[in-house]
Amino acid sequence: MLNSFAFFGAIETGFIYGLVALGVFISFRILDFPDLTVDGSFPLGAAVSATMIVAGINPLIATFCACIAGAAAGLVTAWLNVRLKILHLLASILTMIALYSINLRVMDGPNKALLGVETLLSPLDNLSIPYYIAYPIAFGIVILLVVAALVWFLKTEVGLAMRATGSNERMAKANGINTGRMVLMGMALSNALVALAGALFAQSQGSADVTMGVGVIVIGLASVIGGEALLPKRTLLMWISACILGSLLYRLVVAVALNGEVLGLKAQDLNLITAILVTVAIVAPNWRSYFKGSRA
Amino acid sequence: MRKQLLKLTYLSLASAFIAAPALAAAPAEKHVAITQIVEHPALDAVRNGVKDVLKENGWNEGENLKWNYQSAQGNTATAAQIAKKFAGDQPDAIVAIATPSAQAVASSARASNIIFSAVTDPVSAKLVEGWDKPGKNITGVSDLTPIDKHLGMVKEVLPSAKKLGVIYNPGETNSVSLVKLINEFAPKHGLEVVEAASPKSADVQTATRSLMGRVDAIYLPTDNTVISAMEGVVKIAEQAKIPLFAGDTDSVKRGAIAALGFNYYEVGRQTGNMLVRVLNGTSPGDIHVEGIDKTELFVNPEAAKRMGIELSPEFIGKAKEIIK
Repeated sequence: MLNSFAFFGAIETGFIYGLVALGVFISFRILDFPDLTVDGSFPLGAAVSATMIVAGINPLIATFCACIAGAAAGLVTAWLNVRLKILHLLASILTMIALYSINLRVMDGPNKALLGVETLLSPLDNLSIPYYIAYPIAFGIVILLVVAALVWFLKTEVGLAMRATGSNERMAKANGINTGRMVLMGMALSNALVALAGALFAQSQGSADVTMGVGVIVIGLASVIGGEALLPKRTLLMWISACILGSLLYRLVVAVALNGEVLGLKAQDLNLITAILVTVAIVAPNWRSYFKGSRA
Repeated sequence: MRKQLLKLTYLSLASAFIAAPALAAAPAEKHVAITQIVEHPALDAVRNGVKDVLKENGWNEGENLKWNYQSAQGNTATAAQIAKKFAGDQPDAIVAIATPSAQAVASSARASNIIFSAVTDPVSAKLVEGWDKPGKNITGVSDLTPIDKHLGMVKEVLPSAKKLGVIYNPGETNSVSLVKLINEFAPKHGLEVVEAASPKSADVQTATRSLMGRVDAIYLPTDNTVISAMEGVVKIAEQAKIPLFAGDTDSVKRGAIAALGFNYYEVGRQTGNMLVRVLNGTSPGDIHVEGIDKTELFVNPEAAKRMGIELSPEFIGKAKEIIK
């Protein structure tokens, strides 16, 4: 049903958005902080990296700066919440809408093209395997490194303190944890990952666009929650891997839904089919329990 | 019964032979993949234009045309996935409508024939290196305002005009690039450009007054700041008897003398004609990138009178719409 371009393309996009899922996992699950900043920090990462690459700066440095910019965006949201006591949702919305203007400033327009420009991915074009297979492999390696680093970090003293802040802030405070600092740090980390995703996406896609942030949070949440339904969260590694799995599943579903014309469906039905397929994929493994009427 | 069946078979065989020459005239089956970033009246019109031209050239969906249409529904990630699907489907040509979709397709489908449409600036979008003979596998139609034609229209109404005033907000990126184009094409029409900046709607009248006595005509580009306060410009132009032209047709209803507009269905038809050439074997790299070809003239003869000129019947005769 899927051609190899579409399949590997779905894996590639799934891995990139897997980074978004990890970012959302940190804010939403670890810190218990519903964060909409990602709708702005994703295009911010894309804008910063694209603008710097076009200006002739080394793509690696440009991508690193994109992460720093994302971290700064996360810090602003956390600061609005921790220091100015603005409700977390509102704080993140404020940063998100501000970032729209900032992204226009960064790119000096709504779009920054990277087609034909030397990017981080350019070396992959000259390998013996075709580029559409090389890209997902490269992103897979990035994901592996990030997941390993994240699992390690969340088991360090600081990581444990961050998890404690999210699960019970008063208890954490009573144990001498500076919870405000934990929120600042976690939000910076979360948005740095999302900005990294934006930077990689822009380089694989050939452009940064101010509209590319629309709905990023929705996809991130869908990946985190969908992944949890697919994999039991027995260990930290499994819980984190579930996010990536959720993101891959979502992208594969979109790729399948794009073939809707086989079923007589039209282009306008795409989002509906995606929603139905994701529901089926999440429910199917446990379908027996729904018929037994058990309420686990 | 059997006889009847036999008869039917003969009949169908015979008709097949009769139809054979007609079939030969119909073009061979083609697969066209078309994508747009979002559902939008202008972009949908482009798509319909493309399809209608294919039909006129003998390609009908379901018969000898595989028409694969996908919308990214506003989502960039989906646009990337659509581009990859198309790359793998290997259609005879991919049509990508609007900049983000075109960039996604250009980056993924490196071996396909690609035609973009409704992309304002294909060069800065890095889709092509230049408008002439783009090379590689991609070409298309830009929906950039046809400034050249607009200035030609000013000259047609006022052959003796030497100095053209332009009022715009330097803070609007779109206007800045339009003014750059005006400066580029003005010498070709024997015009000298006098710029007047209006950073806010409240400054529009001051900017217009600054042009008095220094210009033979005023042209308003599609600048949101200036157009929103356009009545102020009209008032001064009428008092000072300076002909006022606009870049958009709505402004003609509000008191400008004339404007050349375009519609996206025609942009689609232009794209469709390009697509037909590609389907017939021309490489996209050998086809020049095209700007808006067909324009629609809107005129307002009463406004012209108020600004002290009489429009010639030939000029009014060319108008698609005459505002009274």
